[in-house]
Amino acid sequence: MNRFRRLYGASPLHLLLASASFALTAYAGVRLFESEAMEVAVWLFGAAVLHDLVLLPLYCAADRALGAVPPRALNHVRVPAFISGLLLLVWYPLILSRSAPYASSTGLSPNVFRERWLLITAALFGASAVLLLLRQWRSGRAA
Amino acid sequence: MTGTPPREPEKEQGGGNTPPRRDGVGAPVLAPAATGRRPPPGPTRPEFWRSPLRGPWLTAVLGTVLLFGITVLFVTGLLSYAAYNPDLAAVNDQTPGKGVLGFYLFPWPTDPPWLYRLTQGIHVTLGVALVPVLLAKLWSVIPKLFAWPPLRSPGHAVERLSLLLLVGSVLFEFATGVLNIQLHYVFPGSFYTLHFYGAWVFMAAFVVHVAFRLGPTVRSLRARRLRTELRVPAERTEPEPLDGTGLVPARPAAPTMSRRGLLGMIGAGSLALFAVTAGQSIGGPLRGTALLAPHGRDPGSGPGGFQINKTAASVGVRARDIGPDWRLTVRAAGRETVLTRDRVMALPQHTAALPIACVEGWSTDDQHWSGVRLTDLAALVGLRGAAPAVFVESVQRHGSFRSTVLRDNQVRDSRSLLALRVNGADLSPDHGYPARIIVPANPGVHNTKWVTRLTFRGPA
Repeated sequence: MNRFRRLYGASPLHLLLASASFALTAYAGVRLFESEAMEVAVWLFGAAVLHDLVLLPLYCAADRALGAVPPRALNHVRVPAFISGLLLLVWYPLILSRSAPYASSTGLSPNVFRERWLLITAALFGASAVLLLLRQWRSGRAA
Repeated sequence: MTGTPPREPEKEQGGGNTPPRRDGVGAPVLAPAATGRRPPPGPTRPEFWRSPLRGPWLTAVLGTVLLFGITVLFVTGLLSYAAYNPDLAAVNDQTPGKGVLGFYLFPWPTDPPWLYRLTQGIHVTLGVALVPVLLAKLWSVIPKLFAWPPLRSPGHAVERLSLLLLVGSVLFEFATGVLNIQLHYVFPGSFYTLHFYGAWVFMAAFVVHVAFRLGPTVRSLRARRLRTELRVPAERTEPEPLDGTGLVPARPAAPTMSRRGLLGMIGAGSLALFAVTAGQSIGGPLRGTALLAPHGRDPGSGPGGFQINKTAASVGVRARDIGPDWRLTVRAAGRETVLTRDRVMALPQHTAALPIACVEGWSTDDQHWSGVRLTDLAALVGLRGAAPAVFVESVQRHGSFRSTVLRDNQVRDSRSLLALRVNGADLSPDHGYPARIIVPANPGVHNTKWVTRLTFRGPA
């Protein structure tokens, strides 16, 4: 047991569970990769790479750039920017009109989403600015 | 303790509340591993990661939310797969090579009639709302990606491979789902194949991840009370005690946000996504609140002013296919009847109030359909007893789901109709004129539009 742990670096149960998991992964993976294997692999592993090495560093850098904002106002910029960016990340095919079949399939106009997202963004930053003003006013009165 | 992932030996160190060194000078308080060698400059160095909020408690909170949320996503996803009755006929089966992965399949019921509306609405809306939680969870553990040395032992290598599969497949599942509901078909292949097999690849890695991490997660959650933690403002926010997890920063920056603030921001992100999405599943006056979701508006008003999945034009249904020359053929072994629309109208008409619910998560309120019961059509070709399954064919020329097989329990439900009218008017071409299937709790694409032939499969 100790010899195993020294060689493997974890308990035998760790290896057993991982082996069972990899076997199921292989069973489903053979089916997932049955057609267009290369592209599917690019999507599967590329998703992890794109997130860990592009998206995350980008938003961390954007957040660091907020360091120039005075501390009192920082989260009043950070939170609406986060929510607005999140809405764009999830709904970008509609917001940026990337969904070609949308209009002909659903019979609905595809041209509303960009304006709606911009208005939601305006409302988020506007509400955050009002909150900041209120807080400044209250702390000014308290002082 | 078995099942513990490979870890640095000093794991239990820092259990007290000694504040970590903040001077950032010299070596970090805890050596990254007992290798004696310092990692190369950059993200592999513990002092590279500065956020004072990262730590096992925060990761445990986010992980627990995902544990419950993703379990619901998996179960509702499996239910949606079963709702297509893929084991019934080849035309229903988008994944014929599924093997044992369809082990749990069961005849999809017709009661309650809003069942698929509910399960698929939850699947899609919850999936969308969990995006910020998933991103935050990945952010909270990012220092571990750059752990040094990259591979400490065979066990560590095994775990890292499993984590690559876990992270890759969870992002793959969220990405394919989010793109599919917006009809942005950029992924390589059939959505059904990718999302279904991708889900199993994910679950294989997810289950062992939970098994390995549940113990540490529970311990981390017990280490500090959520309610107490949520009262700490930013200026009093301290890093979690340095431990061997590699999550707590060795050289923390001054806090600009409390843990309450971070969790609140993630929650606000989920809430915002929920608010601009859920209305397309809830329907009624709330549909208009789904500002960024694809089915947040009704296409026009009047009897046909409810959601359309595919318009007639988009799938190549031409005017002459559904004009006066349209005929309905009803067949069974050795029997066949061909009917004009007037003849179908002359058969006993029944009504049913049923929704349309799509795999994309949107649904309609109950619409008032009227038409001929499927059992009455079976009786036309001599099947007067318990009706069997039926093969339904559309005039639709291209696109998926031009034909489908409905199971006998679906055919026998008295609310299952070949509908000719909806909400007091003839069906519109986009809703399937001259005749369409409507079956309670059936996934939308199996409520075949522009039906031209019904082939009953012989006595049950």
